[in-house]
Order: sequence, then structure tokens, then C-alpha cells
Amino acid sequence: MTAPEPHKVRVTREHARELLRQMILVRRFEEACIELYGAQKIRGFLHLYIGEEANAVGVMQALTPDDAIVATYREHGHALIRGIPPTAVMAEMFGKATGCSRGRGGSMHLFDVSRRFYGGNAIVGGGLPLAVGLALADKLRGLARVTCCIFGEGAAAEGEFHESLNLAALWKLPVLFVCENNRYAMGTAIERSESVPDIRRHAEAYGIVAEEVDGMNVVDVEVAARRAAEAVRAGDGPRFLENHTYRFRAHSMFDPDLYRDKAEVEAWKQRGPVVRFTQWVLDTNTLHRADIDAIETEVAQTIADAVAFAEASPLEPVEDLLRDVYAPRPAAPGAPAS
Amino acid sequence: MSATRRITYREAVREALREALLRDPRVFLMGEDVGRYGGSYACSSGLLAEFGEERIRDTPLSESGFVGAGIGAAIGGMRPIVEVMTVNFSLLALDQIVNNAATVRHMSGGQIAVPVVIRMATGAGRQLAAQHSHSLECWYAHVPGIRAVAPATVADARGMLWTALQEPNPVVIFEHATLYNDEGEVPGEGELAVDIDRAAVRRAGDDLSLITYGGSLKKALAAADALAGERIGCEVIDLRTLRPLDEETILASVRRTHRALIVDEGWRSGSLAGEIAARIAEEAFFDLDAPVRRVCSAEVPIPYPRHLEEAATPQVDGIVAAARGLVRR
Ligand SMILES: Cc1ncc(C[n+]2csc(CCOP(=O)(O)OP(=O)(O)O)c2C)c(N)n1
Ligand SMILES: [Mg+2]
Repeated sequence: MTAPEPHKVRVTREHARELLRQMILVRRFEEACIELYGAQKIRGFLHLYIGEEANAVGVMQALTPDDAIVATYREHGHALIRGIPPTAVMAEMFGKATGCSRGRGGSMHLFDVSRRFYGGNAIVGGGLPLAVGLALADKLRGLARVTCCIFGEGAAAEGEFHESLNLAALWKLPVLFVCENNRYAMGTAIERSESVPDIRRHAEAYGIVAEEVDGMNVVDVEVAARRAAEAVRAGDGPRFLENHTYRFRAHSMFDPDLYRDKAEVEAWKQRGPVVRFTQWVLDTNTLHRADIDAIETEVAQTIADAVAFAEASPLEPVEDLLRDVYAPRPAAPGAPAS
Repeated sequence: MSATRRITYREAVREALREALLRDPRVFLMGEDVGRYGGSYACSSGLLAEFGEERIRDTPLSESGFVGAGIGAAIGGMRPIVEVMTVNFSLLALDQIVNNAATVRHMSGGQIAVPVVIRMATGAGRQLAAQHSHSLECWYAHVPGIRAVAPATVADARGMLWTALQEPNPVVIFEHATLYNDEGEVPGEGELAVDIDRAAVRRAGDDLSLITYGGSLKKALAAADALAGERIGCEVIDLRTLRPLDEETILASVRRTHRALIVDEGWRSGSLAGEIAARIAEEAFFDLDAPVRRVCSAEVPIPYPRHLEEAATPQVDGIVAAARGLVRR
């Protein structure tokens, strides 16, 4: 199966500014998280998205507010770009009652159903069947919406990945699968875990149109995502993007990161999504230094506000421990007519 | 007796793995990130360099596949030690463990033995929220054909693996994730393997039997310390083996103390604590001076924030309060 020819997009000044702002927001947010983790404000597992920003930013451009998103534990960036307020995301990481999941989930379990953001799944591969089901519901209800399912390349080894691709293709469901292939699943390099390391070929084996994307280039990601989402929305069945990317930081704050060559990490950093796009907007005179400084100032304020909000927010009272385990029953229906 | 040594639980697991690999050429270790990364809880660091990729096998993220392959390799004459990162992830392999490992001996009329050892971390206490923190040991302990053990001390972490490898049956070993950094004593030399058939009395006492296992043992011991100050003597029993249960040790203790408090990080409904309470009621009802009590996890997926996670799981204060209630009624 061959991917359609890539087509050029014209990136307006306004759009370039927005793409850069979003990537910088994610980058600075993650950097703040590192400090807050050191200060023990954020606990548990913390998985950073530094280096991979172009993927969330690019893909989100292609989605409408009606579309759904299913992500993993490395989802701060997706949540922020989807529009979950940074205050609510930060409060969630602090475990506060004002968090987007009431503090119950933490970093790995960001949810906001009002924005059709269905988590924050920390079981590798666990989000794929869920996405297939959301898309099935849309198809059965006659709604032309896309469910965008984001996961790492490590998930491709799980049975749930294969079962989900088959189901989505078999039933022509409106799922946009986005594999963020950062080459490592914890300490395991993809060559050491996949007999066929080209993940997109797995999708093709199920008859799904799949495309490789430079996940370090935000414009490339946006173009590919728009094209794929359009096809999905039109009822063509699922599409699959394999985005080549890299995480600059360790897997989580617990990872001593001893399994990769420092030179390899450095080489990828040279191609970093933020530096590269910044260079491009400056070289092409699309934006000027002052524009970028203004973005940095604005983002710094946004993050300072988020941290202040999270700090000031209350914890949930212990008496509420058992809430939200079951949904309340709707009002009892009348007795069946005899 | 030779002098003892102090090592961490993690070091004990690593030593036990290393010893098994040295002693039995059929033994190999397989699991996610056990090699290059050194194990998600660093239990196998250094083993890849010493034993090579054939015997320290990094697997893809394929729990059902590699756990099932471990079961198959055991049937095929090897002695695999399969590591699953946590009990929550082991649910992806539940089919292989319950439908294959536990059944093939019986279904084949006794022709097949499955000497596989499956290790996994379990439990809460690290603010990892609801997909990384559960205590599902009881699900495995429910299944005939499986042995389930929970080393709660460093010595047991050091010794149980070898004993488990001598079993002709599938053994699931649960290591509570809050134990890895704890230090404890192990014998200096000689035979380190330990009995996995019997529960252990970790502290003697006359007023109350505190029955527990795994990560809750240290909490039960701390509670027993506090209660000793109030002249309440607790006999602390560490189950060690969750299936089959050592009913004899449990009942002997309860018949002496006439009171039983069970501490179990599993949810109360359908818990191992419930099974133990039922056995006490069946076999020692007339020896009891008070109803059996339980301190279990609240019936909620484990929440992320510290105060709620603590409120959801057994804590020393709660154990002390429950014990007081039992003795002073
Ligand atoms: C079923 C399951 N097995 C193992 C884990 C532990 N684990 C968490 S993340 C991870 C690596 C996943 O790698 P990948 O899918 O490539 O995503 P990345 O972290 O690179 O974004 C592992 C092994 C898990 N969360 N779920
Ligand atoms: Mg990866």
C-alpha cells in the first residue's frame, strides 16, 4: 500500500507562531515538571515528552473539537495542546482536587471528557482497543468523527495492538493510529524487540494505509495528520502514521538511562523539533527574535500561573475516598406496564 | 552457625537469580528489560554481562507471549524464571497462567509437569495510581495447580527462588514493590534455600494472632511493637505461601491467642483475608473470644495522591486500632 504524495503547505506567520508557541509550551511545561519532581510536588512515575513535541502539536492541528483522543502515560503534551488548561493538568500532577482527573490519576492518567480526551492509559497497548470501541460507537451512531489513538512503538509487540488494527480495518472504523516511534521502550531498542522494525508494515499487513513521518518536523507531522484524518473522516476506514521521533530524557524519573549512547542522544538533539523549527522561522523571516521572546514570556507566565494554581488548590478530603468507583444509577424507571 | 550478612531485598533477589543461573544450566531469566536495563526494579543488573543474552533474555512488550513461552519452555525441559514487571501487567498473561500453566498437568492425566517460576512486583505505596498499584495475589491463589508465594523478608527473597525452582509445578512469586530497598539479614553461607510450605511466626505473643504476608508484614510488626507498649502481645504470622495455605500454623496460633486479625493489601471483598477468616471460623470457631477482624484495602482503585493512597491501604495506625478493638471488647 503506498502513501499519497506529500503536498506542501503554506505556513502563514500566524500559524508558524502558533506551532512554535505550542511546542515551547510543552517543552517549558515538562522542564517545570522536572523541577517540581525534584521538589517532591509531583510524585510517582513521570514520563517526559521533551524531544517529541512536534508529534502532539502536529497531530492536534488535524483534529476538531468533536474528535476523540486516546493517549498513553507520556501524554502531558497531548493534553495541553488539546486544550486542557495547564492549571488543571498541573493540579492533576500535584494530586489536587482541581486536577483534570480530580487528582486521582496523576501524571499518567490525564482525562478531560469535555474535550474528548480519554486518557492517559498506563498499560502499554491498553488504549488501542478502547480507541477502536470509541470509533465503533461513532460509526454505529452515524457520527463522522475521528478517534486519534496515540501510542509508542513498544506497544506494537502487544497482542492488543494487532487485534485492534485488525478490528479497525475489518470494520472500517474511523481510527487514526499514531505510533510515536522514539526507538526505545524503556531500555529496549526497537531492533531488539521487533522482527520487522518498520512498524508501519505491521499496519499495512492488516490492509491499513500507513505513512512514515519525520516526527521531529512539526510541519511534516501536521501535513501527514491532516491528510490521514481527512481520509478517516471521509469514511475510508483507519489510517496509520509512524512518526520517527526521539525522547531526549530518560524513560521516567526512575531510569538511569544507561542503555543509549550519549552521542546518539546528542545527534537527535541537533535535530530537535524546537531548535529546528525556530531556525526555520528565523531563516525564512517568518518570525523574528522578538516574536520568540514574546512567546517565551507568555509561556513562562502560563506555567507560573499553573504552578501557583496547583499549589493553592485543595486536596480532596479523605472522606471522599470511595467516590467515583461506580456511577450513580439514573432515576429509577417506572414499573413496566403490565 | 556462620555470621549473617545484611543486604537489601533487591540484592537478595539478584543473588538468588545469580545462584540459580550458576547452579542449574537449565535456568534462564526472561522478561521486559531484564537485560540491558537491569530489570525495572534493578533486580537483574549485571546478570546480562555475566550470563549473556541466551540466558538473560530481554523480551518485547508481549506479556502473554513470553509468559506462555516460559510455560512452554518449562514443559520442554528448561527451568525458566519469567519476570513480569508488575501484577497489573500480568493480567495480559493471565490466560497463559490460568488456562495453560495451571491446567495442563491435570488435563493431560498427569503426563505434563510445568516447572516454571514467574516473578512479579505487586502492591501500592509509591503513588503510581490505579494501573500500577494493585494487590491481585489472591487471584492467583484462587487457582488449583498454581503455587503462590510472597517473600516478605530479605532472607525469604534470597531463599525462596531456589526452592521454587525445585518445584515441578508453576510457582508465582510476588515481591511487594516497597520492599526492594529494605535491608535484612541473610545467612552468611551454606544452604540458603528456605521452606515454602510453611508460614512463619515472626513474633510470638499471647493475646492476638496478627496474620499477614508480603508488604504488610513490616506494618504488622510495627503495629505489634506499638501494641506491646500497651501490654497487648501479638503473635505475628507471615503466611509466606498464599497457596496452599498453611492452615496448621494459623489455627495453632489462633487456638492459643483466641483472637485473629488479618492484614491484607488486597480488597476486602473476595480477599485472601476472607479465605483465612472462613477457615478460622470453620476450624477454630469455639476457640475464639472475639469475631475475626480484617484490615484490607478500601474498595477503590488505588488513587494517586499520597493521602488517599494511604487511606486506601492498610496502615500501622489502622492495624493498631483494630487490634485494640479486638482485645478490649
Ligand atoms: C502491559 C505493560 N507492560 C509493561 C509496562 C511497563 N512499561 C511502561 S512504559 C514501557 C515502555 C513503553 O515503550 P513505548 O511503547 O515505546 O512508549 P514510550 O515510553 O517510548 O513513549 C514499559 C515497558 C506497562 N506499563 N504495561
Ligand atoms: Mg518508545
